[in-house]
Order: sequence, then C-alpha cells, then structure tokens
Amino acid sequence: MILLLTIIRVAFKALSRNKMRSILTMLGIIIGVGAVIAMVSIGQGAQQTISAQIASAGSNMLFVTPGSFTSGGVRMGLGTTSHLTVEDALAVERECPAVKYASPLVRASSSVVYGNQNWFTNIQGYDTRFPQIRLWEVEKGTFFTDQDVTTAQRVCILGKTVSDNLFAGADPVGQEIRIRNMPWRVIGVLQAKGQSGMGQDQDDTIIAPYTTVQKKMLGIVFINSIMVSAVSQEASATAQAEITDLLRQRHHITRSEDDDFQVRNLADMAELANNSNQVMTLLLASIAFVSLIVGGIGVMNIMLVSVTERTREIGIRMAVGATGGDVQFQFLTEAIVLAIFGGVLGIIIGSAASKIISDSLGWPTLISTTAIGAAFSFAAIIGIAAGWYPARKASRLDPIEALRYE
Amino acid sequence: MESLQSPATTNLKTGADPNGVPVIKVENFHKIYEMGDTRVHALRGISLEIYRGEFVAIMGASGSGKSTFMNLVGCLDTPSEGTYLLDNTNVALLSRTELARIRNQHVGFVFQGFNLLNRTSAWENVELPLIYAAMRAKERHKLSRTALQKVGLGERIDHIPSQLSGGQQQRVAIARALVNHPSILLADEPTGNLDSRTSIEIMQIFQELNEKEELTIVLVTHEPDIADYAKRIIYFRDGHVTRDEKVQKRRLAADVLASLPPAEE
Repeated sequence: MILLLTIIRVAFKALSRNKMRSILTMLGIIIGVGAVIAMVSIGQGAQQTISAQIASAGSNMLFVTPGSFTSGGVRMGLGTTSHLTVEDALAVERECPAVKYASPLVRASSSVVYGNQNWFTNIQGYDTRFPQIRLWEVEKGTFFTDQDVTTAQRVCILGKTVSDNLFAGADPVGQEIRIRNMPWRVIGVLQAKGQSGMGQDQDDTIIAPYTTVQKKMLGIVFINSIMVSAVSQEASATAQAEITDLLRQRHHITRSEDDDFQVRNLADMAELANNSNQVMTLLLASIAFVSLIVGGIGVMNIMLVSVTERTREIGIRMAVGATGGDVQFQFLTEAIVLAIFGGVLGIIIGSAASKIISDSLGWPTLISTTAIGAAFSFAAIIGIAAGWYPARKASRLDPIEALRYE
Repeated sequence: MESLQSPATTNLKTGADPNGVPVIKVENFHKIYEMGDTRVHALRGISLEIYRGEFVAIMGASGSGKSTFMNLVGCLDTPSEGTYLLDNTNVALLSRTELARIRNQHVGFVFQGFNLLNRTSAWENVELPLIYAAMRAKERHKLSRTALQKVGLGERIDHIPSQLSGGQQQRVAIARALVNHPSILLADEPTGNLDSRTSIEIMQIFQELNEKEELTIVLVTHEPDIADYAKRIIYFRDGHVTRDEKVQKRRLAADVLASLPPAEE
C-alpha cells in the first residue's frame, strides 16, 4: 500500500517535471470531454424544453391545417390558401365525440403602437375556448366574451413580452393601442409561458377574437387552422381519426383523393422534434467522442515517447529494485492521471461552454450528470487503455540494456 | 600465470574468514548471448567465492567477460548455466520480479556514469531503493540523510545532480547503493569518469566502508592503480578467471591523498 501510494506520488512528480508536455497531452482529453459535455447539454436542454412544452401546452392538443391543394394541375404549397372554415371548426367540436373543444385560428402580424412605443408581433385570432385549448390563462384583466366574438370587437389580450415592450411595466388593461391605425382596447394580459421547444418566445403575441382579425384586419372569410383539444391524451388518436373522417366528408373528398388538410397531434409533433433532436445530439456527441479517442491516442503517443526517453530512468529504478510491475504501475498511473485531470478540466470547460452558449445564443442547455459521469469514466478508461501498452513496454525492458541506453 | 584457484585456497590467500559462509558463491557460470546467428560465449565456467568483508577488484580487458560477470552477480541477469548462491539463497533460478527484490535488499550498485535521476535532489535519488522496499516517507528521509552524511554530502542533500561535481555525484550514487544495507556493493568502473584525485577520494570512501562497516565490495576496473586499493584481485580473460590473488602492495587512499599536493581550487 505504501509502495503504491509512493509510486503514485512519483508519477505525479514525473508529470509536473514536464508541465508543458503534460498540459498539451491533456488538451486532447480536455477538448474531447468538454465537447461531449457541451454537445449533450445542448441536446438535452432542447429535449427538456420540448417535454416541458408538451406538459404546459397540454398533450391532448391537436391542430388541423390546410394541406396542399391542386389548382389547374399545379400543386400549390402548404397553407397558401385554406379550405378550412369556421363551420368546420364548429362541426369538429359538435360531431366528434373524442373532441372536447375546437376553435378557429386566424393569424396575422403587424406592428402595434402605444404612445411613442411600437412593437412588431403576431396576432392570433381565437374564439373564447382559447384558455381551455391552450391551457393558458389570463393573468390580469379578463378574456373576451362570445359577444365580443360575434360582434367582432376590437379587443385584445397581450402576451407578456408585448406588454413589457409597449407598457414597460405599467398596467396595460383598459389602455388603447393602435393596430393598423385602428384603436384596440387591451382587456387582459396572459401568463408568461416562456420559450417554446424551437426557441421561440411564446409570450411575443397578441390574442384577439378571430372574427375581428378576419374582418377588420385581413378581410378574409377562411381560417388558418383549427385548434382542437381532445377529451384526454389517450383520445388524441381517436380524435385525429374522427376529425379526418368528418372533414373529408364535409369537403366532399372521394376515396381516391388525398386529404386537403392535415390533422396533427402535438404529442406526435413533439416526439418527432424530440427524435430529430436525439439524432442530432447523438451525432454531435459521437463527433465529440471521436475527438476524445484522438485525445486518448495522444496520451498513448506521449507515453510511448516518454518510455523511450526515460529508458535510463527505468533502468536505474530496476537496478535499485523496482519490479516490472512497479514500473508498469508508475507509467500506467501517469497515463491515468493525465486522462483524469484532462477529464475533470474537460468537464469544467464543457460546462462553462454550455453556460456561455445558453447565455449568448439563448439556447436552452441542460448539464446532465449522466453525461458528466459517462465522459469522466470514459476518460479514465481511455487513460488505462492508452497507458497500458507503453507501461507494459516499460516494464519489460531489460535493466542492463536500459542502463546502457544513451 | 597462476592457474584457477579453488575457493578454499582463495580464502586463505585473501585472509577472509574461511569458516564463514560466503556472501557470493558462484559455480560454473556460463553465459551465452545469442545475437541472430552468432553465439557469443561471454563466460566459460567461472567458479569463485567472496566472503563477508572482502574488497575484490575484477580486472580484465574489454570483452573479457568481467561486465557480464558483474551483471550476473548483481542479479541484473541470469546465467545460461551454473549456480549462484547470494547470502545462501540460490538466485540463478529466480524470476525477474524475485531478482528485483534481491537487488533491492542485497545489492548496491555504483556505475561509471553515476546513473542518477536528473532534476531530482540528492536525497530523493538516495531514497529510491527504499521506495521499492515500501518504506515510509519519514524513515526513508532519515536513512537517506544518514547515508549522504556517511559519504560526506550531508550539506548538499537538496542539490540536484547538475549542481554537483562528478565526484559528488558519484558519492550520491554510493549513498544510494548503501542506503539499503546491502550484502554486497558492486562498483562498475566507478572512477572511469573522474579525475585522478577524485578517483582516489572515491577509493578512500570504499576503503573506509570496507574497514569500518565490513561492507563487501566488488569493483570492476581496468586500471591497475585503482585495483591496488582492493584487497584481492581477480583477472578475467576470454570468459575465464586467469588469476586470483591477494594484493601484494596495497595502496591506502588516505596515505596517497596525504602525499598529493593540496587540491587546486
């Protein structure tokens, strides 16, 4: 035991005698581990945000968007125009048993003015089911009424970001703002919801009656999509099927024709996003992993050089009684110390890097202990693997030859 | 030229205790190196005994087999044939690891090129054998300091080799060889890299250790002057012992040094 501890100290001394070389050797491991930590933390951060998103948006949410449609033989892009109508939305809620709520959604974007402040944002037109479908309540003031919807009143509810930017902390409820040169009355402010899984600020929005957006802003009669809430998360798939059947029937689509709309389910969307995210994380992590292996090869290379360079030292140690095992242990320890120190520094640098990334680019990151544990133990394993062969080589030197080595 | 001596006569000639157990008892040593197709027969049947308290010089031209013999006696290598009792233990058949233990406990080496670790202080060099004897740091430090004091370097224990003269470096090496209280001290051309005055100083240390501590010393040299500081000389040629005799006119390093003009600084 004393022998092992002393040899570990000898190994430390040997490394500190060659500081520059030790640091450069560690650099490979540092970069490898750091990259793995940073990449995985970015990936996991995105995943966690998406999961939180599903939970907050309600995992039983679905939405119907217009599909591509053919006009004179030319397939138009998605969403260029819409076959979806307000009646479709009402029918979905009325006729599909698995659907609890359905609301039309009409989107517009415009600059919004209050006093000398202005802000460019998007305006989403819903009916009064918005809070139930989006699981998003009004924090201050009230939501608009069915009366407001039928009479297309110019009333609106501000997202937190819009409220902060136009009113700078003052209470917007009851104030009048101007959208496209028309006065709108602010009747409420939404709860803050934060970033979406795609990194968008969800609070940068204004909610208004869909009728007002249709008639007073856009001058259209169709709607952009139908937002639906199924009775439960399990009922999402049933709801999806029921909506598809109903809309095909309502749009007179024959059996041979494709749907002119798409029904999507938030949970599926999130899963899709999550999957692609996972693939991305895995890809980045494996590139980082390769650099970790390259770092390991660097350690091995330096250890081999070191064994050759220190042949005489090995001879001296053997002459005074070091066994092959003692010499092997010393060199193995040196390699492991390099790898572990590199690993620890890599963890620190990787964590710092992911913090900097999340602060400067606004990407969500999550430093996972699993990634830290895995990167660290892998660095240690690389140390052992990279040190094994050089250490073995050192232990097998012939003491007489080693002593004569110039 | 005298013929091969039997061990019994050797004892009588050198004045070592004939009733004691020899520290080194070598019988019929052969060593053959195979280098590709050629076989080099370095030792061709060496038998001899060395007793406690002896100071033996081994002489011979290069290629005479004296270095090979030294490596075998020092347990750095094993003979192709023959037996070797070191402190009554048969070491000819031991494994590499066991040989390392024997070197650690029973043998002290002093080399021509000093073979100290660079950038390592004198006391850290001296404590090296103690590390592999698994001794505690405190004890190691104490013993290495004592050993350095014994060779007159008590003031320089923190110096690194490059801060020391050749003679001082060789003293550090001697301290390292002594620190484990070995049964034998093997010195391979220890004065080969030193000027004549320093050489005599090193021989003085050897003579003192031999007299005061009854340390058994085996010295390999090709310089007759240096061999005359020993008590017994064994001549090697072509892998055989050609002569084995007591030194007739033994030189005493203390007297020689006294007769020299004072050292120039």
